[in-house]
Amino acid sequence: MFYREAGDFKTSYTDDNQTFPIKFDRYRYYVVLAVAFGIIPFIINDYWANAFLLPFLIYSIAAIGLNILTGYCGQVSLGTGGFMAVGAYACYKLMTSFPDVNIFFHVIAAGGITAIVCAAFGLPSLRIKGFYLAVATLAAQFFLVWLFNKVEWFYNYSASGQINAPERFVFGVPVTGANTDAWATYLFCLVFLTISAIVARNMTRGMQGRKWMAIRDMDIAAEIIGVNPMRAKLSAFAVSGFFIGISGALFFAVYLGAVEVGEVFGIQKSFLVLFMIIIGGLGSIFGSFAGAAFLVLLPVLLKLIGVDLLGWPTDIVAHFNLVIVGALIIVFLIAEPHGIAQLWRVAKEKLRLWPFPH
Amino acid sequence: MPEQLVFAMEVFLNGLMAGVLYALVALGFVLIFKASGIFNYAQGVMALFSALTLVGIMEGQVPFSHIINAVFGTEIHHFGWHVPALLAILITMAVMVLFAWIVQRYIFRHLVGQEPIILFMATIGLAYFLEGVGDLMWGSEIKKLDVGLPQGINDWIDLTTYNIFDYGFFIDNLDIVATVIAALLVAALVIFSQYSKEGRAMRAVADDHQAALSVGVSLNFIWIMVWSVAGFVALVAGIMWGTKSGVQFSLSLIALKALPVLMLGGFTSIPGAIVGGLIIGVGEKLFEFAIGPMVGGATENWFAYVLALIFLVFRPQGLFGEKIIERV
Repeated sequence: MFYREAGDFKTSYTDDNQTFPIKFDRYRYYVVLAVAFGIIPFIINDYWANAFLLPFLIYSIAAIGLNILTGYCGQVSLGTGGFMAVGAYACYKLMTSFPDVNIFFHVIAAGGITAIVCAAFGLPSLRIKGFYLAVATLAAQFFLVWLFNKVEWFYNYSASGQINAPERFVFGVPVTGANTDAWATYLFCLVFLTISAIVARNMTRGMQGRKWMAIRDMDIAAEIIGVNPMRAKLSAFAVSGFFIGISGALFFAVYLGAVEVGEVFGIQKSFLVLFMIIIGGLGSIFGSFAGAAFLVLLPVLLKLIGVDLLGWPTDIVAHFNLVIVGALIIVFLIAEPHGIAQLWRVAKEKLRLWPFPH
Repeated sequence: MPEQLVFAMEVFLNGLMAGVLYALVALGFVLIFKASGIFNYAQGVMALFSALTLVGIMEGQVPFSHIINAVFGTEIHHFGWHVPALLAILITMAVMVLFAWIVQRYIFRHLVGQEPIILFMATIGLAYFLEGVGDLMWGSEIKKLDVGLPQGINDWIDLTTYNIFDYGFFIDNLDIVATVIAALLVAALVIFSQYSKEGRAMRAVADDHQAALSVGVSLNFIWIMVWSVAGFVALVAGIMWGTKSGVQFSLSLIALKALPVLMLGGFTSIPGAIVGGLIIGVGEKLFEFAIGPMVGGATENWFAYVLALIFLVFRPQGLFGEKIIERV
């Protein structure tokens, strides 16, 4: 009734090419942006910022990055944790080496550095495919974590081997360090997420994204019709690395503040982000958000129910968390291999015909 | 003989022994991959789960006691009996067969015909699930596993090498036993798959699902059997690793170590798994011995992956893997 193309007249090519062709979608998008930027910063508190909103925003960026590589270009990567570590350490080195530059640029530069590293580790993808590549990215994961542990230059020779984010300001408001306000860190991450999502969305629906998808669906066929597999694959690695690097930098600088690399950016993180895009939906930007929200909320909810409501010990709840996440992944793969994003798509298709489905 | 060379020889031998253990885990992968095309990431967790179950049964632990106590406020932990090792192994084996049936019936039957990557991700989910269930059932603390395997330094080797090189090699008895058991296991598997009816059916399925189906091989049965055999291999690996370093979560991480082994050897080759395991075992020990001190040590964490990565760039199907032919 309200959700359809009819009556929404496109009078120019720009109108025809817009991201959300349906009016209702467009307004919904503006409303979401308005709520995220205009309302949440005023009602946010420390608990919700740290327990849900910040990790959700940061993991969403990482999930978008991995989704470009795995969901759109079909190159399975288990090195996300390692690449996030590159972003974090690059950000740390930049923050301490150039304290006068605004942290906004540090984060962007950290993304750029990660893009280069990620593309370098993507080189074998030209020869290796499928599972073999997934395992090859493990090399990146373990090697990078080891490197950041062993080479003291990366953590400025600190005795603990940790990196700590110094205090930095944006427009005079602290966004890193000990004296931050929830709304400031939230807005800082939200800006990055919004930019990332818009860039990713437009890349994936343009020429570049179609090349990636052609490579994903069948790389030899894509090569025959004129897609350069080397450029397509390496650009996917680089773009994905850029977003993952940004999320790693934010994760370290804004969310945690202090990082021990093996603990924070271990193999578990790689799997976590992979699960986000599986549950959310491979090859969908919305799916990256949905998966991140789901897997960030799940432990929080389980903890609320298990520990606070039922009074169970925390370790049991943690184990239940494992069981439930594992079972959910299997259930999702059986019931809907394309994740939450597909449910959303189906719902929208139904809505277009509602209330007269025939 | 120069001292360094003697040390290197000892490292080499120890590497071989470690490689056997990697090969054991890799073997389970190859079995399932050949028969069903599923790349079973959960193999390592299966080893952990079977070892946990074995310890739990031997000690007479009450399953899920932790959670029962939390919910009902009771204080039960043990049945108060001890099961002999052999019987416990048999019971654990039965549990693994049951597990194979459940996995086949409730997960992979619904995923037949899906893309390999979906199946792979399902096994990652399975790994999480099984890890959580194992912890809930038996508790997550580190457990000691002792099924009566000999442990400690092998005196005979120590003495003999001392007489030859003036330096006694340290070789653990357990590693020798593991090697022997692994060799027996591989021999048994080869005999089983070459000469028994079920083994032939298994190879037929591995070769061509549809052709096997059309001559009357029950895919369902074969897949349950393969998962059971893989469960058995996991149990053996779990016993070895569990005896060596205690039954704990890190046991499931050996699955990750088995991956480069598989890449080296090729996913579809049983001899490849063995050879790959030995190469990785020896390679990482020698590398740590020779280069490790120069770069700060702990190179074992990543050496296997990087070696496999470099190797694959030159030979993408592994040492013994089938040649990859791609068509449009």
